[in-house]
Amino acid sequence: MNSKKKAPAKKEGLSFMARLKMNKELLVLSLPGAIWFLCFAYLPLFGILVAFKKYRLSGGFFESLWNSEFVGLENFKFLFSSGDAWIVLRNTVLYNFCFIILGVVLPIIMALLLNELRNKAMTKVYQSAMFLPYFLSWVVVSYCLFAFLNPAKGYFNGVLQQFGKDGISWYTTKSYWPFIIIFMSQWKGVGYNTVVYLASICGINKEYYEAAVLDGATKWQQIKYITLPLLKPVITILLIMAMGGIFKADFGLFYQLPMDSGPLYDVTNVLDTYIFRALKTNGELGMSSAAALFQSVVGFVLLMVCNKVVSKVDNDNALF
Amino acid sequence: MTFAEKRAERKKDKEIRKIEEQQCEWNMVKKPTNVVINIILAICSLAAVIPFIFVIIISLTDENSLVMNGYRFIPEKWSLYAYKYIVQAGENIIRSYGVTILVTVAGTLLGLLLTGTYAYAISRKTYAYRKFFTTVITIPMMFSGGMIANYLVVTKVLMLKDTVWALILPLCLNSFNIIVLRTFFKTSIPDAVVESAKIDGASEWKLFFKIIIPMALPGLATIGLFLTLAYWNDWFNAMMYMDSKEWVPLQYLLIQIESSIDWLASNKSMMGVDGIKAAANLPKETIKMAIVVISTLPIIFAYPFFQRYFVNGLTIGSVKE
Repeated sequence: MNSKKKAPAKKEGLSFMARLKMNKELLVLSLPGAIWFLCFAYLPLFGILVAFKKYRLSGGFFESLWNSEFVGLENFKFLFSSGDAWIVLRNTVLYNFCFIILGVVLPIIMALLLNELRNKAMTKVYQSAMFLPYFLSWVVVSYCLFAFLNPAKGYFNGVLQQFGKDGISWYTTKSYWPFIIIFMSQWKGVGYNTVVYLASICGINKEYYEAAVLDGATKWQQIKYITLPLLKPVITILLIMAMGGIFKADFGLFYQLPMDSGPLYDVTNVLDTYIFRALKTNGELGMSSAAALFQSVVGFVLLMVCNKVVSKVDNDNALF
Repeated sequence: MTFAEKRAERKKDKEIRKIEEQQCEWNMVKKPTNVVINIILAICSLAAVIPFIFVIIISLTDENSLVMNGYRFIPEKWSLYAYKYIVQAGENIIRSYGVTILVTVAGTLLGLLLTGTYAYAISRKTYAYRKFFTTVITIPMMFSGGMIANYLVVTKVLMLKDTVWALILPLCLNSFNIIVLRTFFKTSIPDAVVESAKIDGASEWKLFFKIIIPMALPGLATIGLFLTLAYWNDWFNAMMYMDSKEWVPLQYLLIQIESSIDWLASNKSMMGVDGIKAAANLPKETIKMAIVVISTLPIIFAYPFFQRYFVNGLTIGSVKE
């Protein structure tokens, strides 16, 4: 290894020290950032070991990591033998599946509509309005939702009562929440993705469309044969990234929005909230670490596999 | 130029304009279709903004008519009481506002410095360790230690629990921002500028602070706004690392008052028996909503900037190398 590393340096006629000296200034500039990454991205990688240990906190992090008993895959066995784990996994994957599909379809429809608008001034207005929810935090969004769903005073129950019906106890009734969560995730996210797609659509060379119109193409044909095919690279990259994140969930969406309501756990508990609750309520470090490691590893493998598949099919569209 | 010539010219102009209009008309959707598109987009736009407007309306409703009628879009009686209360008696609210502003400003500046220096270094083609430091930031994008490991490192190794640094440091740097800024440096700052400055004997420091920063202001503004938004809206780090009452940012305060009804009693002016009595009569719902509004107002005001630079950042960020 060492000799290999030295060889190219020698070829350039520079020793390691000389090279270090030459790049001294830039090295100093990149060092603060590198230290941050060491602390906040690479040190936590040691935390992965917690998943294989019967972790007991005694003294410092490394000390207790060293002293804790090694239990192999015990934590994973424990995790998957509990009934919760499967519900949590099911929720995470199914929700993300919906988000991925809607996250491609809805923004593209919106971007196409915005692009076809005759009055360009209104494009800006609509785009601004739809982008706004992205800038609100999930906490604020949960208050916005609460204004409608508050069981005593909320707008929806007020309307129901006006029609002589009983109000619904929204925060304890499971059956509505899959729809609420999917709706709210799109409500918050559609503006952002629309902007991404609209920017790509605006970047398409106008001459394609001009040529198509000369050949008598309709609007529909232009979209089908020019716009969508040219959006394929962007869509593919976003899809690969989304696949890598299929075991990750937006914590705020699943924790803040249902207001951490216990009766809803069956349909709102996802990996991230599961890990968080295990940490905060039970202090169950070993098992939640196992869940976190599972999440990271599966996400990484999926990302790699998807990228590989895409690069086999069409190398230009792969992520790296 | 004779009169006749002028007239001929004007006529020509008119014809050109007519042709241009026709061309504009050429590949546009038909007018009825346009109306339909407008209606769909208008509905979506309204759906996007109405929930927040509703919260504003509730915060301006009189508490009694709220108790009587529930939340309504057009309340029976308006009232500014909630805002008056916050100004007069909301010590912990105003303190939280201060914490949020402090964390946002300090974090954004620190983040800009770290992101800027790092991105600049790896954007320089002559930097021998460019590949290594680029790999350093790409690995965390694909693989991370996860929530528990982060928690253990921040609390047990870095010992940041219950300090304001726990709110600032975890958010100040990320791979995505560095890559966006590096791409910006690469595309918008010509190599010739850097080279000529180097020939003139400028050190990398001088080059970065005197030449690169002024030239890259739009890119830095984009990253600055990314950071500002992330800090302002952050509640997760507070929820993870804050047990003390000392550093409670606005968003975390909102979470706390969501779950506890008697949060107002923790205000200093509300202590004692009188305080508890007064707390019972307080317009809790409207005050909660008013806090939501004042915590979001800065973002709404800065929205035009946000939008402009965000779109820039998003399009730069999606450029593949």
